[in-house]
Amino acid sequence: MTKGVLVPSYRSRVAYQAMLLGGMATLASATLVLGDLETRGAIAERRAEDLKASLSQVVPEQLHDNDLLDAPLTAEGPDGKPLTVYRAETKGQVSAVAFEVVGQGYAGTITCIMGLDRNGNVLGVRVIAHAETPGLGDKIEPAKDDWINRFNGRSLTDPDTAGWAVKKDGGIFDQFSGATITPRAVVNAVHGGLTWFEANRARLLQPEPITEVAAQ
Amino acid sequence: MIDYARIARDGLWDNNVVFAQLLALCPLLAVTGTATNGLGLGLASLFVLVVANLVVSLFRGIITPEVRIPVFILLIAAIVTLVDMMMNAWLHELHKVLGLFIPLIVTNCAILGRAEAFASRQPVRAAIFDGLMMGIGFIIALVTLGAAREIVGSGTLFANAALLLGDGFRFLELTLIPDYRGFLLMILPPGGFLMMGFLMAGKRIIDARRVARTPRPLASASAAPAT
Repeated sequence: MTKGVLVPSYRSRVAYQAMLLGGMATLASATLVLGDLETRGAIAERRAEDLKASLSQVVPEQLHDNDLLDAPLTAEGPDGKPLTVYRAETKGQVSAVAFEVVGQGYAGTITCIMGLDRNGNVLGVRVIAHAETPGLGDKIEPAKDDWINRFNGRSLTDPDTAGWAVKKDGGIFDQFSGATITPRAVVNAVHGGLTWFEANRARLLQPEPITEVAAQ
Repeated sequence: MIDYARIARDGLWDNNVVFAQLLALCPLLAVTGTATNGLGLGLASLFVLVVANLVVSLFRGIITPEVRIPVFILLIAAIVTLVDMMMNAWLHELHKVLGLFIPLIVTNCAILGRAEAFASRQPVRAAIFDGLMMGIGFIIALVTLGAAREIVGSGTLFANAALLLGDGFRFLELTLIPDYRGFLLMILPPGGFLMMGFLMAGKRIIDARRVARTPRPLASASAAPAT
């Protein structure tokens, strides 16, 4: 620090260095706390909007008269972990459900949200988060390719179990040129979600009295 | 007297973050599979560079050389986190696209490098200008590298630019080689290293030609290219 200016002697003391470092740390933490307080509410709102937007893509508007984010159901998911199930209701009857499924992709997990009507037909599947190779594996995003829409209207019996695979594995779903692992992961995840829905159907479709929901 | 032209020339070409200083390679190689991704990281880095240079320059009077590095890191990490939070809250659409790149900026030693080499010894205005020029130089490098890898790797240019910049920029999205099967190596990190090697060689050739063309007095003949 020689800028031709005389540096005051207290600067070279250890106490000054410690104070400087401590002061800067305090300043940085205080700024971050303030920033967090200012933005926390807005970020939570944006997240809820995102969730609502992806839910509305897998569960059509006309299928429900309730707010999907109201009182979601928590059940034991396919992997044994708790899974949040959003339920669409018309006149107190469950008309459709939406929940997240996870597949093991080429670069980590692929999180999808899928919507099913009460008979177990796929209403829609959307990828929420993934880290697949851009240009190859990211064709699972609807903005880049319409591949993900091929699940619409499918169910556990259409196609049969052997058909629930990519074409390379003898199934009916296309893989992408240069990327097989990614679509395979999504197909398996959706198939797993369908199997899980079938096994837990009675419980998922049982309408819950309003009072019980409020008590949760 | 601050030589703004010199700062601009340094940032954009002579002392370019990537091609001359060889900084910021980790985020660089990770995201430049496409020109669009390169532009995204570049824009986010440019913003953080300018703000970090500004803050470091403001505090330059009280920071001592002994503890400067931890102080710089602290300031930069705080700035990046703040930018991340503010974008998530108020520019959510942009954050969905750029959000992926922001945490990468903390590991970007170009920011620390500029704080250390420039902003900590220069007045605020010069520091901001340096951040701007270095940032633009970084964007140029990222987009060039991303474009080169994208053309060779997938035969397109600026794919999905509309997702980053809005629908008005859809005209940027070009498919240069129709029905191209793709050259996966170029999209993956090793391809990044290869392409960067070629681009750096290209810059060296241009620099060497420039030196050869301008006859210089003997005294400044030692102006070797920075490495």
